[in-house]
Parts: sequence; C-alpha cells; structure tokens
Amino acid sequence: MTAQIVVKNLHKYFGKLEVLKGIDIEINKGEVICVIGPSGSGKSTFLRCLNRLEEPTDGEIVVDGETITAPGTDINKIRRHIGMVFQQFNLFPHLSAKQNIMMAPLELKIKNKKEAEEKALELLDRVGLSEKADVMPRQLSGGQQQRVAIARALAMEPDIMLFDEPTSALDPEMVGEVLAVMKELASMGMTMVVVTHEMGFARDAADRVIFMDEGIIMEEAVPEEMFTNPKNPRTSEFLNKVLTT
Amino acid sequence: MKIMKSFKLTKTLYSFIFVLIFWYLLHISVKTAAIPSPYETIVNFVEIFPQKLSLHLGASMGRVFLALGISIVLGSMIGIWTGISPKADSMISPLVYLLYPIPKIAFLPILMILFGLGDLPKILLIVIIIIFQFTMAARDGVKEIPRELTYSVKSLGLTKPQMYLHLVIPAILPKIITTARISLGAAVSVLFFAENFATTYGIGYFIMNQWAMVNYKEMFSGILALSLAGFVIFLIIDLIENIVCKWVQQGRQE
Ligand SMILES: Nc1ncnc2c1ncn2[C@@H]1O[C@H](COP(=O)(O)OP(=O)(O)O)[C@@H](O)[C@H]1O
Ligand SMILES: [Mg+2]
Repeated sequence: MTAQIVVKNLHKYFGKLEVLKGIDIEINKGEVICVIGPSGSGKSTFLRCLNRLEEPTDGEIVVDGETITAPGTDINKIRRHIGMVFQQFNLFPHLSAKQNIMMAPLELKIKNKKEAEEKALELLDRVGLSEKADVMPRQLSGGQQQRVAIARALAMEPDIMLFDEPTSALDPEMVGEVLAVMKELASMGMTMVVVTHEMGFARDAADRVIFMDEGIIMEEAVPEEMFTNPKNPRTSEFLNKVLTT
Repeated sequence: MKIMKSFKLTKTLYSFIFVLIFWYLLHISVKTAAIPSPYETIVNFVEIFPQKLSLHLGASMGRVFLALGISIVLGSMIGIWTGISPKADSMISPLVYLLYPIPKIAFLPILMILFGLGDLPKILLIVIIIIFQFTMAARDGVKEIPRELTYSVKSLGLTKPQMYLHLVIPAILPKIITTARISLGAAVSVLFFAENFATTYGIGYFIMNQWAMVNYKEMFSGILALSLAGFVIFLIIDLIENIVCKWVQQGRQE
C-alpha cells in the first residue's frame, strides 16, 4: 500500500533564500506526525506546501495517489480534502460560529442549508461549543475560536488535517481544551501533520516526530526515541532548550 | 440595544433643539433680514417644499448619489486591485498620492468644456474629488487582512470569486462606509459650488438665486432643505452600516 502523502525532494525558495532544501517523507493514512524545530526552520512553509498555499519550487507531492504538484491540477478540489488550522485569525470575523462552519460546504454546494446546519451543530457539540453557535468570533476566547476553526475544517469532511502551531497564540489555560479536541481527532484515525511546541502532545499523540532545522529533516523517530535518545546533536540541543524553559 | 436606540433619539432631539435655540438667538441679536426666524422659515419651507424645493433638492440628490455610487464602486475596485497586486500598487499608489492633494475643484471649467453643460461635468467633478479616498480605504482594508486569515480561507478550497465575496468585501466594507460618511460633506459642498454654473435646477442654484433676488426667507428654506437632506443621508448610511456591518458594531460594544 502506498502512503497517503508522499513528498519527494521538496525545495522552496523565496527569491534567493532557500527555505526548504530537499524534504522527503511518506505519511500513512491515520498517522499523526508532529513537526518540531526552531523558528525559521521552514516548518510552516513545509506545511503550506502540502496544500500548495505555497508553490513548491521543485520536487513532487502526491496526496491520495494524485500528484498535486503537476501542472493543471485543480488545487481547490484537493484543498477541500485537506483541513488546515493556523495560529490565529482563522475565522471570518463577520460570521457567527455556526455560519463559519456552514460557509464552505454551502458555498461549494456540497451540502444544502439544512444538512450544513445539522453538521455544524453536530461539530460544535463535538468540540464542546454547542451553546456558542450564534456567537461572533470576537466574543469567543482564543481557545474557543480555535475549536470552531477545527470544526470548520472538519465540516468539509477532510481526510487529512494540517495544524500550524494551533496553540502558540493561546493563553496557557486554553491550550488544554484545543489539544484535547486534537487528541480525540487523532484517536479517530485522522491523518494529521501538526507543527507544535507542545512536547507533551507530541509525546502522547504522535506516531512519529520530525525534527526540522535549516530547511531539512534533521531527525525522524517515534516520540519515545526522539525525546529520550535523540541521535542528532542539533536535536538534543533544541530539545534541551524547549524542555527546560 | 433598545436603550441604545432611545438614547440616540434623545441625543438627536437634543441637538435639534440646540440648533433651533442658537438660530433663534442669532435671529434676534443680529436683526437682519438675512437671518429669518426659525418659525417663519419652517412655515415657508412647508409651503414651498412640494412645488419648488423638492424639485431642486431631487436634482441635487440625484447628482450626489450618482457621484457617490460611481466613486464607491470604481474607487473600491481600483483599491482592491492595488491592495492585492504589488505591481498595481507600485503603479497606481504614486499616482493617487500625486493627484489626491491637487485642488480639483478648479477643473470645473475644463470639465464643462469637455462634457457640456449638463449633469455629467458636475457629477464628474465630485467623482474626481472623492474617488481617491475610496481607493485608499479599499487598498488599506485589503492590506490589513491578516495573512493567516487568507491562508485559512484558501485552505477551505474556495474559488477566487468566493474569496472576494467572503473575505475581501467584508474586510473593506466598514472602511468604505466610514469613507462615504466623510466624503458626503465634500460631495455636497462641491455640488453646491458646481450648481452655480449653467443650471437652473439644483439646491445650490436655488439658494444662490434666492440670495440674488433678496428673497432671504426662501434662501433660508433652501439651506434648511439642504441640511435636512444631509442629515437624512447620514441616517441612511448609519442604517446601511447597521445592516451590512453588524459584526463591527458588536465588536465595539465589547
Ligand atoms: N512569504 C515569504 N516570503 C519570504 N520569506 C519567507 C516567506 N515565508 C517564510 N519566509 C522565510 O522562510 C523561512 C522559514 O519560515 P517558516 O516556514 O515560517 O519557518 P517556521 O515555521 O519553522 O518558523 C524564514 O526565514 C522566513 O523568514
Ligand atoms: Mg511557523
């Protein structure tokens, strides 16, 4: 069986700056991958290449057997199967929580109004925000906004979820509620790629941890291995820094 | 919400009464026919509005609305374009900065030579004076959209037109409405000026004509009509804002 996501020799330049210097990885269906590494190492760029929010300069990305880097690919269609959640500013500020979730399935005519609303309420319940259906994003806490953002991505019924530091902008007391939703998602067999500084989450939920530095994958291991016995000196240095502070 | 509304109503009432008292005091202290009493004026206003004033006011408001509409649509479109495309920004923004401070009101004679004596040069004059503000407002609105929000909306797989409808337009609407409110004063003033040339319809013409005929009571009714019209347009803009930008209001009340 081939992997769900195959990345081959991925390079990305911003002008003359080479940010990704040849990334190779295969991710299987249902796997949870945590990506760690210092800031500026290219983690976000890598993640955004996976649904071509950034155009790869070179290399190949295959998702569910389809080469999404091939010319002529309908990238919008592929994005609909790949949910993505960011640090912040995820929600439409002018739509309520429920409307945010209903919007894409309605616009893309995947669901009718009644189905979309039912799904939205079901997802709000799943992320523990049933009573916030009609509340505007500004009146939600950061943690609640992130949970709505996850629900909105799930409304498209994606096969893959990408998370780019979803808890980094949150007050510490709200990190737990977002991680809990993500853990539940992981346990239900969602394929997930999560850029995070939450080493506890990586340890508990990840099948594999990837350490990125200076645009390449420096080390790749199961969490146990990565956190107790890192092979690469750069990995130990990084882990020492984040685990002691 | 209800409390807010009645509060607003008392505030409006209060300012009306204030204006009336001030006007009355001016009338009795200055003692010239140029400032008739509020009572006389209102009686005269009610008398001449249906046959005369409404025609002039209608002609003027038509011009203002058309000019405002053209400026909003065209100005926003150019603004969105410059906000999205760095190339367009580097081409158009320097032009806007150059043209914006030029006193374009002096161009009225040229516009009349080019476009005749009808409504067109008057509308165009307003447009070239206020359009730049809409362009700048739209451009800034687009540039202020957080990059992550754009990514996040794109990641849902929305098409380009859907992105405009659900991301770009909501981002610029509050700014456009604020700009409309600010530009309205300029638009009416410019129109007042323009209506003094080559026209026999329009509230600007009416007021200046009554002045020339030393008909101060009617002149003052004209001023009253123009003021009321301005006030009504302000209310309309408020109403539109309340309908299309609800979320901005809700944010403010936090
Ligand atoms: N749109 C962009 N244009 C130019 N440089 C960029 C852009 N996005 C990211 N970079 C640069 O690429 C490098 C990697 O960034 P990023 O992928 O955000 O790293 P990380 O997420 O690991 O912090 C950084 O040096 C950053 O400045
Ligand atoms: Mg990042």
